Amino acid sequence: MARLALRKSVNAVMFSLTFLCTVACLGVLFFILGYLFWNGGRDLNWNFFTKLPAPVGESGGGMANAIVGSGKLLLIASAIGLPIGILGGIYLAEYRGKTFPFIVRYATDLLNGVPSIIIGIFAYTLIVLKVKHFSAWAGGFALGIMMIPIALRSTEEFLRQVPSSLREASLALGATQWQMILTAVVPAALRGIVAGIMLDLARVAGETAPLLFTSFGNRFWSEGFDKPTASLPVMIFTYAIGPYEDWHRQAWAAAFVLLAMVFFFNLAARGVMSWRRAQT
Amino acid sequence: MSVNASLQSSGFTHELGAHNRRTRLVTRLAMLLDPLFFLLTLACAASIVAITVLLVHQLYVHSVESRNALGWNFLIGQNWDPVAGDFGALPFIFGTIVTSIIALLIAAPLGIATAVFLAEMAPPRLSRLMAFLIDLLAAVPSVIYGLLGIFLLAPFLTKVVVPPLQKALGFLPIFSGPFYGVSLFTACIVLAVMVVPFIVSISREVLLSVPRDQREASFALAATHWETVWRVVLPQARRGIYASVFLALARALGETMAVTMVIGNTPQIAKSLFAPGYTIAAVVANEFTEATGDLYLSALIELGLVLFVVTIVINGLSRLLIHATTGGHDHHG
Repeated sequence: MARLALRKSVNAVMFSLTFLCTVACLGVLFFILGYLFWNGGRDLNWNFFTKLPAPVGESGGGMANAIVGSGKLLLIASAIGLPIGILGGIYLAEYRGKTFPFIVRYATDLLNGVPSIIIGIFAYTLIVLKVKHFSAWAGGFALGIMMIPIALRSTEEFLRQVPSSLREASLALGATQWQMILTAVVPAALRGIVAGIMLDLARVAGETAPLLFTSFGNRFWSEGFDKPTASLPVMIFTYAIGPYEDWHRQAWAAAFVLLAMVFFFNLAARGVMSWRRAQT
Repeated sequence: MSVNASLQSSGFTHELGAHNRRTRLVTRLAMLLDPLFFLLTLACAASIVAITVLLVHQLYVHSVESRNALGWNFLIGQNWDPVAGDFGALPFIFGTIVTSIIALLIAAPLGIATAVFLAEMAPPRLSRLMAFLIDLLAAVPSVIYGLLGIFLLAPFLTKVVVPPLQKALGFLPIFSGPFYGVSLFTACIVLAVMVVPFIVSISREVLLSVPRDQREASFALAATHWETVWRVVLPQARRGIYASVFLALARALGETMAVTMVIGNTPQIAKSLFAPGYTIAAVVANEFTEATGDLYLSALIELGLVLFVVTIVINGLSRLLIHATTGGHDHHG
């Protein structure tokens, strides 16, 4: 009897411990979020969105150029990463093969595991070394490469979930294979693919390391895509390690905006998934 | 006959013929596009392979100068002095490995215990909600962890955690010396917080995939819930959990921004965890733009190559483990 009591108390103690660990993990999450929103929201004002950074040493100013810069970088990244990722995913899911798809999957996994700073080195040697200056192109290229693996994996996964009867029905109506893929299979998997894109954007929106020596930074507006370009994550880094109190406050505000953006993409991905499911 | 004639006179067959021709043209066009579309998707898939190969090639080619000049001394040299042309990578390799391993020693038990709770105890709805929240934690950009590390964690450690720790365990070399907020220790904690979500997320999935009848058989033998988890579920999920830890390790090794901001950026091999250090990723991030001279740049790129090889090997190991656990059924959705 005593033995049973012992076993039961071990049971209770161990699960209490796992409960405590869970509380610790989630506690950290809520603490981080709470602290950021409290601290960042307090320092956020209209100037942040509309003004250029103030000259070094002066307080005030905003990060309008970094917000636009981040937008530009994400635009280039999407233009490079999404088509390659999605079409590559279509290839893996819809066309048969043995060795080559294996190699593609292997390369994708490899690329997914490469630390982002190394993608930065890659973009640097490939673009910055050739044209001899930092540019939004180089930064967008680095982010674009980082987007490929997730876009490809999520596209492939959701296309595979489309029942083959849908493909057969489409072919029976006389569609050719590309018509079948683009008019029947992809629309059926669309919500999954869109959700994958959202998560992909959320992931690269906060990337800093690959931008440090590709798009670099800029305290002014950068025209076009061929100039050094400011971005929110790099601004946070520069301001956080800078010596000025005012910079630190703006770094918190920028972190608030960046985090809101990342969470928005994450929640949007979730929203897209549940919205279509409720409809059908 | 007369019907045909009247149709012909009304021009209907003529129109039908034109319609047929048009349809046939469209069909032929559609069929022509078929191989083109295939080639397009094939090209995209192939470009991923090409990018990966090119990545390795670029790292290799651009580090040639440093590899020729320094050879293996690069990996075992302890002195990093770009001005004197002295490039020893050991302090960075040391910092990278020490911070990652200690971070995992903290994160792995915490993460696995959380995963056990979420998979075994929590009601499914709650478990899913918490899993989502933990995924959000994984989505927080690393530069924001760095920000929190500088302004929140470092002062907290300096004021609250380190003094009692030094009082109690200060006689140990690893807890000796002064603490200035930025240190290997701070980096370890930040890294631990950053990789916990990966461990929880994957381990929870793996635990949930252990078949139900295994648990029920164990309960039928009068095992308590914990005994079932400890002796039946965890052993079955063992490989998947190892995989999650390896994946987290790869993340920690390559983590750049948060570490750069809190580790103190001093290339030294210190005995104490409270001393500042440096990691491979951090030195590349800090010195890349100001690297003057080809040898300096090439040495930094070689550091990138070293980091690349290490993370690829660890990622590969983790993938092998996942593959072995799920029996190769990678696409269960």
